Amino acid sequence: MFPDNQTSQRTGYQQRQLSDRSIQWLFITPTLILLALFNIFPLFYSLYLSFTDFSAIGTAAPVWVGFKNFSTLLNDPQIWKYFATTGRFAFLSVGLQTVLGFALAMLLREKFRGSGLITTLILIPMMLSPVVVGFFWKSIFNPSSGIFNYALGYFHPASAPGPSWLDSSSRALWAVVIVDVWMWTPFVMLLCLSGLNAIPDYLYEAAAIDRASAWFQFWRITLPQVLPLLMIAVLFRTIEAFKSFDLVMGMTGGGPGDSTELVAVNLFRIAFEGQWRTSYASALAYIVLVIIMAISNVYIRNLNKVRGEG
Amino acid sequence: MANVVLNQITKQFRNVTALRDVSFEIKDGEFFVLLGPTGAGKTTSLRVIAGLEKQDAGTVTFDGEAVDARSPAERDIAFVFQQYSLYPTMSVYDNLAFPLRSPLRKTPEAEIKTRVTATAEKLRISHLLERKTAKLSGGEMQRVSIGRAIVRNPRIFLMDEPLSNLDAKLRESLRIELEHIQKTQQSTTLYVTHDQVEALTLADRIAVLRQGRVVQIGTPQDIYDRPANVFVAQLVGTPRINLPSATRTNQALTVTGSDIQMPLPANGQAFPPSITLGIRPEDVQPASDGAFAGQINLIEPLGVETILHIKSGEQTLLSMVSGMSQARIGENVRFNIAPDRLHYFDGNGMRVAV
Repeated sequence: MFPDNQTSQRTGYQQRQLSDRSIQWLFITPTLILLALFNIFPLFYSLYLSFTDFSAIGTAAPVWVGFKNFSTLLNDPQIWKYFATTGRFAFLSVGLQTVLGFALAMLLREKFRGSGLITTLILIPMMLSPVVVGFFWKSIFNPSSGIFNYALGYFHPASAPGPSWLDSSSRALWAVVIVDVWMWTPFVMLLCLSGLNAIPDYLYEAAAIDRASAWFQFWRITLPQVLPLLMIAVLFRTIEAFKSFDLVMGMTGGGPGDSTELVAVNLFRIAFEGQWRTSYASALAYIVLVIIMAISNVYIRNLNKVRGEG
Repeated sequence: MANVVLNQITKQFRNVTALRDVSFEIKDGEFFVLLGPTGAGKTTSLRVIAGLEKQDAGTVTFDGEAVDARSPAERDIAFVFQQYSLYPTMSVYDNLAFPLRSPLRKTPEAEIKTRVTATAEKLRISHLLERKTAKLSGGEMQRVSIGRAIVRNPRIFLMDEPLSNLDAKLRESLRIELEHIQKTQQSTTLYVTHDQVEALTLADRIAVLRQGRVVQIGTPQDIYDRPANVFVAQLVGTPRINLPSATRTNQALTVTGSDIQMPLPANGQAFPPSITLGIRPEDVQPASDGAFAGQINLIEPLGVETILHIKSGEQTLLSMVSGMSQARIGENVRFNIAPDRLHYFDGNGMRVAV
């Protein structure tokens, strides 16, 4: 298979050189070891732990308890509430990101003086660290010193001094949604923009000659051609929304009360606060994983369907 | 159908002048071909007529009426693009019906059905009507896009190298169909191509473009038999025309570096002293009692004909004989050149009339 192997065995000098295959292994092995140690082992070990009773700060060895953790979790109305909050958060933020991202992409599609610069500027939020974003938006939302309510009052004087955001159980989730949308709309826009730029001009020219309306051009040409990329953006954002943790932690810590307690935030609490219920947290993590996989599957199926037609 | 006139069209793209003072007239019912190499301005001319590009100077008139201010939709044209510009999410039927369904036309659905069915039959795509366009082959796609053009009666058909993305066999069969459709419908057609075979076979008249200028306009026979310059002579005809240089003496033209001498034509005394001869390969014929001697350098058998490369002195002339030739490489041959079929070009490459 590798002729170099044979030639290298003929002379002593060449034997000291590495064959192609050894070089391949040399490059792959470190990554394989890291993957096994930090991804594959934890994945299976946590699966094992989810069927036991175990705390990482305790001294006792894991005790096998079967499905007890899962049944406790699935019968806990509190957990269901966190799932509902997560779902609402995911739906609102991904929905808004999709609409705004697509709209921005449509605007930036036409090249104008400075459009490259504006695109770059719009992309900046998604390059920032979510925790940092969480902290500075916390200041922005501050009812007395924050710029958010100041701006609201400026454009809408009747509402001054403006509502409290992060301290209000009804508005805190919206505040987190606003920040998530601010941060991740650029990502959706970027994917849509590349989809839009790939649409050949002659399709629009043919439509113009055939006397098609602008409405038709949008529904029959633009949207179907961008749809596959748009769906990939939505898939990525939905998965991320279900895992949202750092942004919420930085802004509200899950509060006030449990109004922004997303599943991932609660998972963190179970695992690393109080009694460190490691096995219980593992079980919850596996439930989240199954849900994310189910959602992704539905998306990917639809994506393939759209691709098949387009 | 309409009479379309381009009058001194000039079009500039940034640093490139795509068209310079281009003028030609497409008569009602005519199959007019724009022929030229890449970058000659063929597609730009087409797009100016369609209204997809706005010319910098000059006017386009349809039946004597200037259409420069009109949008592509208002010009009532049909355009077949080089890339099959089908609407990707729609069925073949809906693609064909699409131009008829425009709110500006309001064709009743029953008539749409009749016309789509008739068009599909004409192009032999009836069995594809329910298919989504993404599932079609290249040939089928181009048939559908031609169908979308002929389903209505536009004032002119504009076709931008519609066959160049197809393989050779398909190109040939679709070319014949196109010609048949055009002749039966008497539709005014402007067809752009860089393929001289397509131009010669399809055209009623050809305009040859080079670097944004019209070089020659004429029937296929005019273009082939009376090329206006060396460029046109080389552009049409396969294998390429022989273009040896020659010097004029008082009695004859002597081909440089060889023994070949051709008699001066009647007005030959007025020729410049040095001249380029144009000799079509079919006018160079081996004959046992031929006037000139040479040696066979290379043989290209094509089945229906054979191309012989005959070296005579320093010149190599291509000769085309019908059928498979029995000649061998290295063999000495004698050959004749038909003197009445020669072309003469001056130092600037322009045709010298006889």
